[in-house]
Amino acid sequence: MMPELSLNILDLAENSIRAEADFVEITLDENTKDDILTLVIRDNGKGMDGEFVKQITNPFITTRTTRKVGLGIPFVKQITDLCEGELVIDSEPGQGTELKAIMKNSHIDRPPVGDIVSVIHTLIVLNPHIDFLFIYKVDENCYSIDTREWKEILDVVPLNDMNVQKTLKEDLLSGLKKIGRSLI
Amino acid sequence: MTTLDELRKLKEKALDDLKTREGSASAKITVGMGTCGIAAGAREVTTAFMEEIEKRNLKDVIVAQSGCMGYCEQEPLVEVEKDGQKIVYKKVTAEGAKKIVAEHVINGNIVGDMVFATDEK
Ligand SMILES: Nc1ncnc2c1ncn2[C@@H]1O[C@H](COP(=O)(O)OP(=O)(O)OP(=O)(O)O)[C@@H](O)[C@H]1O
Ligand code: FES
Ligand SMILES: [Mg+2]
Repeated sequence: MMPELSLNILDLAENSIRAEADFVEITLDENTKDDILTLVIRDNGKGMDGEFVKQITNPFITTRTTRKVGLGIPFVKQITDLCEGELVIDSEPGQGTELKAIMKNSHIDRPPVGDIVSVIHTLIVLNPHIDFLFIYKVDENCYSIDTREWKEILDVVPLNDMNVQKTLKEDLLSGLKKIGRSLI
Repeated sequence: MTTLDELRKLKEKALDDLKTREGSASAKITVGMGTCGIAAGAREVTTAFMEEIEKRNLKDVIVAQSGCMGYCEQEPLVEVEKDGQKIVYKKVTAEGAKKIVAEHVINGNIVGDMVFATDEK
């Protein structure tokens, strides 16, 4: 189990990277009125067929060769089950995958979001060739960052340049602070 | 949020910095990011590497990530590639990351007690 939702996000994004996605969209949507927290991870990687998706919450379903069980998705399924929610995976071979984890926001077993800033920062800086769109909504307030927009202006300067890294972190920190989610 | 203008200025500054430094990276640090690596602290270790590199202003050191290497009980695993040699460190912590930067990345001395594997035959 992961103590923070942001670690599950890092782990799920790792699946997208392994599926050779070059675009990954991560959305956290906190609806406090309906008391629902939704996490969506969408990628344009190689996808999975329907039969495989049906079995994917079973830890013995994995295409990894380094060990015989896959834990990432079963962990998330465990959270959504505990939190009166659901896990919906939509995938199309050759097109990509959308994973949606829905939870009761105030549920006692709902892990804290945790250090999401470090997770998004790490994903962007360590994978400069992959485009990321991160959206965090809290009711009507919203923060987003799209690395495609940064790359367009930065041009030959890579996202893992030290100056850029620093500015990225500041952007994430101040953006989340603005929507009241700096320390969760 | 960062404005377009700020991004343009950032680009100029980064380009200036790039000009004063040439050649390829002096070291590459790769952190394993499989599920058990993450559960064992790979995120904290990665953040520690990035902070240490920034603090010491090591502009020619690259941090990268890989999938899992298949040794769950040894995670977090970190590979350091320097001077054409690859060393894999096991059970790396944030403190260990600082030590690896100070001793191996900067001074070229392998941190013996943390080594999991080397590419030497
Ligand atoms: N976004 C995705 N695109 C394509 N295939 C995916 C995606 N996410 C998961 N899969 C497939 O589902 C399998 C199970 O994923 P899961 O995260 O549960 O375990 P794992 O990645 O195999 O191992 P672990 O996460 O424990 O390191 C993967 O091996 C992969 O084949
Ligand atoms: S994640 Fe378990 S060995 Fe790498
Ligand atoms: Mg996985």
